[in-house]
Amino acid sequence: MKFYRSHLLIGIDDSSLQAGVKEFETALRNELAKHNLTDEINILETGTLGYFGTGISMLVYPEQVTYVNLKLEYIPEIVSEHFLKGRIVHKYILDKLSSKYDFNYQGRIVLKNSGVIDPENIEEYIGTGGYEAWEKALLEMKPEEIVAEVKASGLRGRGGAGFPAGLKWSFTQPLAAEQKYLVINADEGEPGTFKDRLIMEGDPHKLMEGIMIASYAIGATKAYIYIRGEYKLCISRLRKAIDQAKEYGLLGKNIFESGFDLDVEIKIGAGAYVCGEETALIESMEGNRGTPRSKPPFPGVKGAWQRPTVVNNVETITNVPAIIKNGAEWFKGFGVEGCTGTKVYTIMGDVSMPGLCEVDMGTELRKIINEFGGGMKNNRKFKAALVGGAAGVFLSEKLLDVKMDFNSLNEYAAVLGSGAILVMNEEVDIVEMLWSVIRFFRHESCGKCSPCSNGNEILYKLINNIRNGEGKEKDLDLMLHIAAVMNDTSFCALGESLLLPVKSAIENFREDFLQRMK
Amino acid sequence: MPIFINGREFELKPGETVLEVALRNDIYIPHLCFHPKTGKAGKCRACIVEVEGRRGLLTSCNLVAEEGMKVVTDSKQVKDAQKIIVDLILSSGHHDCLSCEQNGNCELQDAAYYLGIERPSFDLAPAEIETDNSSEFIFVDRSKCISCGRCVEGCTRTVVNEVLNFANRGFETRISFDNELPMGESTCVQCGECVQLCPVGAIIDSRMIGRGRTWELEKVETVCPYCGVGCKLEMHVDRQKNEIIRVTGVEDSPTNEGMLCVKGRYGFDFVSSQDRITTPLIKENGKFRAADWAEVIPYVGKKLKAIKKEFGSDAIAGLTSAKVTNEENFAFQKFMRSEIGTNNVDHCARL
Amino acid sequence: MTNDIAGIKDTDVIMIIGSDTSAAHPVIAARIKQAVREGTAQLIVIDPKKIVMADYAKIYAAQRPGSDVAVLNCLMHIIIKNDLYNKEFVEKRTEAFDKLKAEVMKDKYSPENVEKLSGIPAEKLIEIAEMFGKAETASIFYAMGITQHTTGTDNVKSVANIQMLCGNLGKSGGGVNPLRGQSNVQGACDMGGLPNVYPGYQKVTDEKAQEKFEKAWGKKLSNKVGLTVTEMIDEAYNGKVKALYVMGENPYLSDPDQNHVIEALNKTDFLIVQDMFITETAELADVVLPASAFAEKEGHFTNTERRVQRLNKVIDAPVGAKDDWEIIQLLAQEMGGKWNYKTVSDITAEINLLTPSYGGITWERVGRMGLQWPCPTETHPGTPYLHKGNFARGLGLFSGIEFKEPDELPDEEYPLILTTGRVLQHFHTGTMSRKTEGLNRLAGPMVMISVEDAEKMGIGNSEEIEILTRRGKIKAPAFVTKKISPGVIYIPFHYKESPANRLTNPAIDPVAKIPEYKVCAAKVQKIN
Ligand SMILES: Cc1cc2nc3c(=O)[nH]c(=O)nc-3n(C[C@H](O)[C@H](O)[C@H](O)COP(=O)(O)O)c2cc1C
Ligand code: SF4
Ligand code: SF4
Ligand code: SF4
Ligand code: FES
Repeated sequence: MKFYRSHLLIGIDDSSLQAGVKEFETALRNELAKHNLTDEINILETGTLGYFGTGISMLVYPEQVTYVNLKLEYIPEIVSEHFLKGRIVHKYILDKLSSKYDFNYQGRIVLKNSGVIDPENIEEYIGTGGYEAWEKALLEMKPEEIVAEVKASGLRGRGGAGFPAGLKWSFTQPLAAEQKYLVINADEGEPGTFKDRLIMEGDPHKLMEGIMIASYAIGATKAYIYIRGEYKLCISRLRKAIDQAKEYGLLGKNIFESGFDLDVEIKIGAGAYVCGEETALIESMEGNRGTPRSKPPFPGVKGAWQRPTVVNNVETITNVPAIIKNGAEWFKGFGVEGCTGTKVYTIMGDVSMPGLCEVDMGTELRKIINEFGGGMKNNRKFKAALVGGAAGVFLSEKLLDVKMDFNSLNEYAAVLGSGAILVMNEEVDIVEMLWSVIRFFRHESCGKCSPCSNGNEILYKLINNIRNGEGKEKDLDLMLHIAAVMNDTSFCALGESLLLPVKSAIENFREDFLQRMK
Repeated sequence: MPIFINGREFELKPGETVLEVALRNDIYIPHLCFHPKTGKAGKCRACIVEVEGRRGLLTSCNLVAEEGMKVVTDSKQVKDAQKIIVDLILSSGHHDCLSCEQNGNCELQDAAYYLGIERPSFDLAPAEIETDNSSEFIFVDRSKCISCGRCVEGCTRTVVNEVLNFANRGFETRISFDNELPMGESTCVQCGECVQLCPVGAIIDSRMIGRGRTWELEKVETVCPYCGVGCKLEMHVDRQKNEIIRVTGVEDSPTNEGMLCVKGRYGFDFVSSQDRITTPLIKENGKFRAADWAEVIPYVGKKLKAIKKEFGSDAIAGLTSAKVTNEENFAFQKFMRSEIGTNNVDHCARL
Repeated sequence: MTNDIAGIKDTDVIMIIGSDTSAAHPVIAARIKQAVREGTAQLIVIDPKKIVMADYAKIYAAQRPGSDVAVLNCLMHIIIKNDLYNKEFVEKRTEAFDKLKAEVMKDKYSPENVEKLSGIPAEKLIEIAEMFGKAETASIFYAMGITQHTTGTDNVKSVANIQMLCGNLGKSGGGVNPLRGQSNVQGACDMGGLPNVYPGYQKVTDEKAQEKFEKAWGKKLSNKVGLTVTEMIDEAYNGKVKALYVMGENPYLSDPDQNHVIEALNKTDFLIVQDMFITETAELADVVLPASAFAEKEGHFTNTERRVQRLNKVIDAPVGAKDDWEIIQLLAQEMGGKWNYKTVSDITAEINLLTPSYGGITWERVGRMGLQWPCPTETHPGTPYLHKGNFARGLGLFSGIEFKEPDELPDEEYPLILTTGRVLQHFHTGTMSRKTEGLNRLAGPMVMISVEDAEKMGIGNSEEIEILTRRGKIKAPAFVTKKISPGVIYIPFHYKESPANRLTNPAIDPVAKIPEYKVCAAKVQKIN
């Protein structure tokens, strides 16, 4: 394997393409070649780096510095200053709190190694104590003991619904079936969320180790990672991780002479948001149109190809090695009663330091925004936070002290999963925000059931009317009513999702809507 | 223990859903995607009910009935939600009932009527009406399609021709033949299963258009005259005109379970064909002339008797038919054996 | 069929041989496809054409037309050799297993040798035998592809052999399942529309039967087996058959060697045709009697699974036309018979009386769903599948069947094999289906030819070409396809403008007297 001093991740997305990222990349390669740096510095294309409207952006490892709004003219300066002399060109980097910037993901469990070790090198992962948990699980524990341990840890699903992982496993573990599957949900379709991506990019082996333990625990000899096609870097790193794990005898037939076989395969997703829903994901994996199936039967009993299948989120599974290694009690030291461990958030929008953080469950939203998001950008006034991605809630200032855990969020609990926090300052119009949320769902409704496909369409018409100044106040009630029926009657959670944003936007920011009706 | 629906008690059969128990006992619950053959789909969501002790609204078509279950189908909450659902469906297409062939035989109409929906309340219908009359026998009006999926299920799982599918997503979801080909250019074999399953007027027999309202047609069951499978079919007849308007398969027939092929469903023009012979014909000087029965029977009888007399019974042979009834076959061979006196009787069974 | 259609759900392996099921029996094809789709059954298809069903098959084998006995014997060869046959069934329910073994175990039927005879690779034969032999329950569906050969009877016996060998008879989901081609072929046979039997397969040569019918009908009856269709045509040609009474059939198009048929029909002194239309045969008739259509009358059809089903009168017949039974009765009375049926149900009652297997299938009992014979008494529920517990004759009789080549094989002059059959959109000689314009637009005449052969001769798709055999020539547009093996061409027989039966070989099976429609030697040529 080639050793590179630095890795440059260039985000390829619509906005960067428009800004001319391709020419930028060519120019950058030429410039690096001019300085004979080609062998030392590796350029990788990745999907969106997740910063809104920052044109061409580039993330530099291992420094973890993000340059944004790059222009062709900056190249010579950045190359000579940063890559030759090792001095970060601060004027082009993402607006961080201050000069005392310390890009630490606040990593505790999941992101512990991210940005610290070379994710493409299994030796480095092993060096941090990696794969010890796997060895322990396989050689010293019975499957049911693992399930019990995870149950005791209180680990809840990080994909959205917050279902206790150990409990989910305990339904599948005792089933006698010719074949069971573990499926890792790495579809991460929620706009503005890229926690799973960075987990997989930063520490793919930790996910692999989690997969091994979970598969053994439930009796699956085949695991799939269902991943978005855009996550090119993740995919290549996961492929490498799988190859290396095989080479080290951690995967394959008769692992550690235990008699246990495991094969891990990567499946590229179909690119629709609903394919993140576990039954639609399974349909899509089977090669069918990605629309949800009715439950029951639950996937844990009859999933992929009618076999028992456990579907878990990337973050959920990445927590598992630490739990097995350190024990449930240790894990319970993080977070709050009933909601243990940490949570990875993506903080975006009008904060000084958009990005990723891993904090204890139950941390107040205000703290997350102020301490980990660096506070409001340019000291503007806070207006709202959309928490939980498109299917989330619009929280006003009043609600900023809510604790971020499943129990405190209570009726809003569903929003925790994706871990997306979009912060908006006073200039943002909630009508526009809600419009884009509805537009997103209208676009993503799979069309399987009528309340969701028709409901989204009519909501979109109504919000458009309001946006165009043609709305009436009674339209707000109609929107609430329709969203409520959609919530009550839709086939899957996607159709249920609009109620929260619609309700919280209209209830907490009614003024913004009335403004458009004057 | 029985199940309770709206306070009344009903026996339940193992595996039955709440919708099935209700329908069996003449309790109407709006349902648009369920069909006994294609089964539960859970797509229309119109069949929601409330169940005591369970949270929220549940779709009755995929809710297995349990003993002691207390179900309410007509609470305000249920009907309010159903009304929005069905109103949205009705609003989403061009359901011009007056001109629709399915008028009076439309499950969407039934649901709207039950819920007291007089006209669509939402502005959702697409600007353009999209029809497809490229195929021989089937007319498709996508602006009436409610995406219930019955046709897709039927084509995929019942007749297994795997032509129909859904294309696009969300509100733009539409049925598609192969990969969005016009029906006439697709691999569709025109079996008409989709027509039979469509709850509305989106896929219909093109030859029935304008030829009679459903309630004016009389239905008679009979057996298909083509191959030996013997599919049971139902003919929809205009009594006044003495004409067969359309044919459907009999759903509860163990032979064909409602399925038919293109011949059985659409190949019945021969019955009313102009080419039918309506009078006996006798050939004279190489040309046929019309005769009446009173003339022709003695004419034939005389000839047969003469040949029998001169050359013996075995100089006469008869071909009975694989296309006529048992009774007629019986009569024919009896005629050959007892009246002509020969066993020279066969038919083209093996040809 | 020994078994019923619904039983397709109970079978584990289905073998289709000599049946283009989705074209000729589309609804049964749907049932089979359902079973494959639901995963309850695996499908094997053996056919010279890559028919639609092959797309659903686990194994498809392209077979040279006419090699059925070789193939089936080979399968039995492998099944016996690998000890996959049902010993208990063979021991308890059959006899003459030795005879079968003596034939099929010959080296001639080893996979390697049969590869040469059938064109099916040896490995594939082994694969098929393994799958079929290991199945808990396996069924065989066939149609004219098995029967329309000079070895048709041998073919059918071979099917029975393999099903007895594997114990696939007398249980739901198994069976020897011929798919009957026309709506009431089964009924026509059951009702004694055959030269050798009275209704219910009671032999005309059996004195007791003769006596029974003589008593019932009050007439002296002949105990001499009559002529079959093909023989009637030949005897008409030879001047021995002077009068022919044809009810609802069209031998002009359906019988082999058309020119011969026309001459024969012309030679009769008196040809009576009773039909709805002036068919090609009726054109030649001396008298044509107008009959009503199926939708205009009552009675019963018996389908391929022996289900007797009611026909109801849907509309009125055109003024002037009569039901076939009424016409027959008029003629019978004219001939001096004391016939006095007032309604169709009077005849049904006589059938119940004289046909043991129909004894309980009375007018009143048939019901909406029909009844499957044998149903001897009014309390009998009908019989979904035959041979449960024992065979009609007691023990099932194996026969050793030797493979014989078809009557006419390709040679230098006629290098291709011509095989005929049906398309989905049309039926038999087209008298009914071709009256619906839409059906005509969907499917016209054609000759299917392999890409290889077409290329060799420079024939393009849709190009009108000539097809010739020793009997005659026709024209049809070429359908150039990979779905047919090189060396084989296929023509549907529905079209009077391209009558396949002008070409076919009238050589017949010695027992069943069925002509060899599925194989004859042919050549094609471009039209200049
Ligand atoms: C519309 C929709 C989209 C979803 N998208 C994702 C996703 O991208 N990633 C994910 O892990 N879970 C997603 N989920 C949740 C999954 O259905 C499922 O609950 C989760 O993968 C289970 O894993 P967990 O228990 O580890 O959270 C989605 C659910 C819905 C309804
Ligand atoms: S709720 Fe929406 S996404 Fe879910 S099944 Fe219905 S249409 Fe599809
Ligand atoms: S007519 Fe038959 S084959 Fe054609 S689309 Fe409808 S169901 Fe499918
Ligand atoms: S065409 Fe008819 S059956 Fe098919 S999805 Fe539309 S409404 Fe349903
Ligand atoms: S009938 Fe139940 S969802 Fe349509």
